[in-house]
Amino acid sequence: MIRFRADLHVHTVLSPCAGRDMLPEQIVKAALFHEINLIAITDHNASQNAAAVISVAEEQGLLALPGMELQTIEEIHSLCLFDSLEQLQTLQELVDRLLPNRTNNEAVFGPQVIVDRHGEVLAHEERMLLAPVQISIQEACSFVSNLGGLFIPAHVNREAFGLLPRLGSVPPDLKVEFLEITRTAHKDTLLQKYPQLAEYRLLRNGDVHYPEDFLGALEFSAQNSSLAAIRDGLISIL
Amino acid sequence: MILQDVIEHLQLRVLTSSTNLSHVHVYQGYVSDMLSCVVAGAPNGCVWVTLLAHSNIVAVATLLEIPAIIITEGAQPDEATLERANEKEIALLSTPSPSFEVVGRLWHMGIRANDRISDLI
Repeated sequence: MIRFRADLHVHTVLSPCAGRDMLPEQIVKAALFHEINLIAITDHNASQNAAAVISVAEEQGLLALPGMELQTIEEIHSLCLFDSLEQLQTLQELVDRLLPNRTNNEAVFGPQVIVDRHGEVLAHEERMLLAPVQISIQEACSFVSNLGGLFIPAHVNREAFGLLPRLGSVPPDLKVEFLEITRTAHKDTLLQKYPQLAEYRLLRNGDVHYPEDFLGALEFSAQNSSLAAIRDGLISIL
Repeated sequence: MILQDVIEHLQLRVLTSSTNLSHVHVYQGYVSDMLSCVVAGAPNGCVWVTLLAHSNIVAVATLLEIPAIIITEGAQPDEATLERANEKEIALLSTPSPSFEVVGRLWHMGIRANDRISDLI
């Protein structure tokens, strides 16, 4: 059994809202400093920095999953986590087709930087990533699940891009087991407001935009380091 | 039309302090609670009516040079949002009324929809 302390929602400099020091080496260092041994790289509607972080993480004994924070047509954010970069690339191709073709305004939203493993700038992503991919959350969930990934609506209780404020409740046809809640959410208060949440496993992540945001609130044991085993481990958290 | 007149006519509560409300002119309006629709469809310089109150409304308003946001149904922006709006000189105006009523009254005052949408169709 492997004991994990995890934060499954981590941005890099590719996300316009993330800190400028969210570079591969700095991310890995900050995660290890917080005694975290499992992270997931989840940039907004993008994946180009995942490989660089994973490569640095591997060398330092940190497991980093490839992922994305997808914004669907309802303006809801969801984490999409995978075992392999190939699976993530398949999602990226879908996003490339369905992301509205608008140019990012760096002065307003922030730069979107693609870097190599040493943090050297390779390119700037020109498309505006903070936009809804033209697919419903149900369709996106099926797509990710069919790829073998894990689909987790993000910060569901948050006003901005959270599922509960946007839709009022979790749609019964959305086939998810987990919902992410915000760093400071009070579980009992949420359950009182939305009794339906008792049917789901609520996961707290740091939604890491700056190195100091790492939380490591998810602690569990897993048979191995596959996504399936991690899912089983997360299910076992009460 | 001067923003100050709109504020008085609709009895809006001014939440920010950085804008000189007598110096802002508004002629067009837009209403939506979908940020992506606002980015795609709102005219520059319009007054935007929404019940959203989170900080992203300030970023969208900055992008489109929207000088004033009317936040309806009593939704309350947090301190960080107010601070950012002050910094960007965007007036945040609050009302307990629903968006439908606010838009009706703005129309009655002579504020009109934009022609960007018709350009798109």
